[in-house]
Amino acid sequence: MVEQGRLMMINLKVDVAIIGAGPAGLAAAISAYENGAKDVIVIDRNSWLGGILPQCIHDGFGVEEIGISMTGPEYAEMYIKKAEKFKITFLRETMVLQLDKNREIIAVNKQELLKIKAKSIVLAMGCREKTRWNFMIPGDRPSGIYTAGVAQAFINLYNIMVGKNVVILGSGDVGLIMARRLKFEGANVLGVIEILPYASGLPRNVVQCLDDYDIPLYLNHTVTYIKGRDRLESVTIAQVDGKMNLISGTEKEIKCDTLLFSLGLIPENELSRNINIVIDDVTGGPIVNQIFETSISGIFACGNCLQVYDTVDALSLGAKHAGKHAAKHAMGLKSKHNNYIQVVSGKGIRYVVPQRINKSGKVHFSLRVEKPRESATLHVFTGDNELLKKRLPWINPANMMEFDVNIDEETIKSAKKLEVTLDDK
Amino acid sequence: MTNKKEITCIVCPIGCKILVKTNGKDFEICNGNKCKKGIEYAKSEALDPRRMLTSSVLVNNGEWPLVSVKSSKSVPKNKIIQVLKLIKKAKVDAPIKLGQSIIKNVANTRIDIIATKSIKKLEKKDFYI
Repeated sequence: MVEQGRLMMINLKVDVAIIGAGPAGLAAAISAYENGAKDVIVIDRNSWLGGILPQCIHDGFGVEEIGISMTGPEYAEMYIKKAEKFKITFLRETMVLQLDKNREIIAVNKQELLKIKAKSIVLAMGCREKTRWNFMIPGDRPSGIYTAGVAQAFINLYNIMVGKNVVILGSGDVGLIMARRLKFEGANVLGVIEILPYASGLPRNVVQCLDDYDIPLYLNHTVTYIKGRDRLESVTIAQVDGKMNLISGTEKEIKCDTLLFSLGLIPENELSRNINIVIDDVTGGPIVNQIFETSISGIFACGNCLQVYDTVDALSLGAKHAGKHAAKHAMGLKSKHNNYIQVVSGKGIRYVVPQRINKSGKVHFSLRVEKPRESATLHVFTGDNELLKKRLPWINPANMMEFDVNIDEETIKSAKKLEVTLDDK
Repeated sequence: MTNKKEITCIVCPIGCKILVKTNGKDFEICNGNKCKKGIEYAKSEALDPRRMLTSSVLVNNGEWPLVSVKSSKSVPKNKIIQVLKLIKKAKVDAPIKLGQSIIKNVANTRIDIIATKSIKKLEKKDFYI
C-alpha cells in the first residue's frame, strides 16, 4: 500500500480501541466484546501479541484467576485464542503517535497512517523498567549492564546469553526470576543486592529462585560504583543504615562482567500526559474512578500503565473491568465527571486505586502499604462514618491488597473524601 | 529426631509461612497455611521437595530461535541439574504446538518436557531480528 514512498491514509471508526496487546489489552478487548462492543481494535507496536508474557517462561500465572499454574506464554495463548474466536481486530507493528480528547487516535505502521475514531479508548500501554539513570549510580559506562527484563528477552526469546558472572541490583520479581534463569543457563550469579531491609519481590520467588540455588541476597546494600573500560569489570557494593545512608568502611568490590537492574517499573503514560489526563504522582498512572475511567470521559486505563501489578491475575481482572465499562460507554452509557468523592491514602498506605468515586454501589479497591507489618487493621472512613474495618494477618508492600466497599447513594451525595488508613492493632 | 521447620509456600504469590514438624518420615502442620494446597506443598517440601521446571529448547527453522518448555510434573530437587543438562542438549524442529512433548521420560523420572508456546515454521528469514 506504499504509494511512491508515501504512506496511505486510512480512516477507521470503531466502538472500542485498545492501546497495547499485552495481558491488559487482551483481557480488556475480550471483556469489551463480551459486554456488547462490536468493533474492537487492539493496537500494538510489537509483531506479536501478549506483550511481555512470551518472555516470562516461568510458571505461576493464572493460579488466583483460574486455579491452574501456567507459564507466561501459555497464559498469553489462552487469551489470544479467545480474542481470535471473537474476531477482535489486531493491528500489529503499529505505533500510536497521538490521542486527542475526542478519542481520535493517530497511529502509524510500515504501510499506512491510521486515523481511528473510537467511541471509547482503553489505555493498556504497560510499563517500562527503571534504569541506572533513575538512581544515578556513579562510575564508568561499560557494556554488560542491562535491565532485568531486557536480559530476560535476550535469553528467553532471542537465545542471546548476557554474561558469565552476574550481579543483580534490586530484588524485584523480574530480578529474582532472572537470578534463577541465569543459573540454569550456566552463569555464576554472585548476589542480589537490595537497599531495603526486605526483598521487594514475592516471598515465593525469594525461596524458589535464590534460596534453592544458594544465591546470596544482600539486604540493606546498594551498588556505589560501576567499573570497567570496555566490558564491566567490577561493581562496588556498600551497606546502608536505617535512613539509607551509606555506612563508610563497608564497601566491597565484586568482580563481575554483567550487572542487571531490577529496580522497579514506571507506568508508560506519555500518550496520556500529552492530552493532560490527570496522573497520580504515587502510582505513576492515570487517576481513575470506580469504572477505571480517567479524567477524560470515554478514556479508560488498565494494566501496568494504571498501576504496577504484582500478578497478571489481578491485572487481568482489572483490565476486564475497564473493558466492560469501555463497551458500556461506547453503547451510550456515560458517567458524570463533575462530582466525585476523593479517595485519600491515609496513615500506612502508599496508594489506593481507584482515586475517585462518583457512583454508588460496590467498589473494588486495590492498595499498597508502606512497609511490612506482622498484623494490622484496615479502616475506610468518610468523615466519622466507618465503612469498613478489616483485620489483616500479614502485609507486605510486595503484595497488592484488594478489598470491596459498598458505597450508598447518601454517601455519594454528602461525602467529599474517603480515607483509607492502617494501624497496628 | 523431630525438627520444626518454617516453610514459605510457593504455590501462589501470597507466600504463606507454614510451620511444620517433621522427622523425615512423618509430618504435621503446626500453623500458617491459608489453603489446602499449602498443606500439600508443605508436606512435599518437608518429605520430598520438588519444583516445576521451566526453561527453553533450541528450535530448528522456527520463527523464534527458542521454544519455552516446562516439566509435565514437578521434578525432584536433586534431579534438577541433570534434567536441565538434557534440556540444553535438545533441539526440536518447527512447527511446534503448545503442549507438544519435547523430551519424553526425561532422566528416567517419568516426567516429560513439554512446549509452552506454539512456534511457526520460519518463512521470512529476518523475522525476529
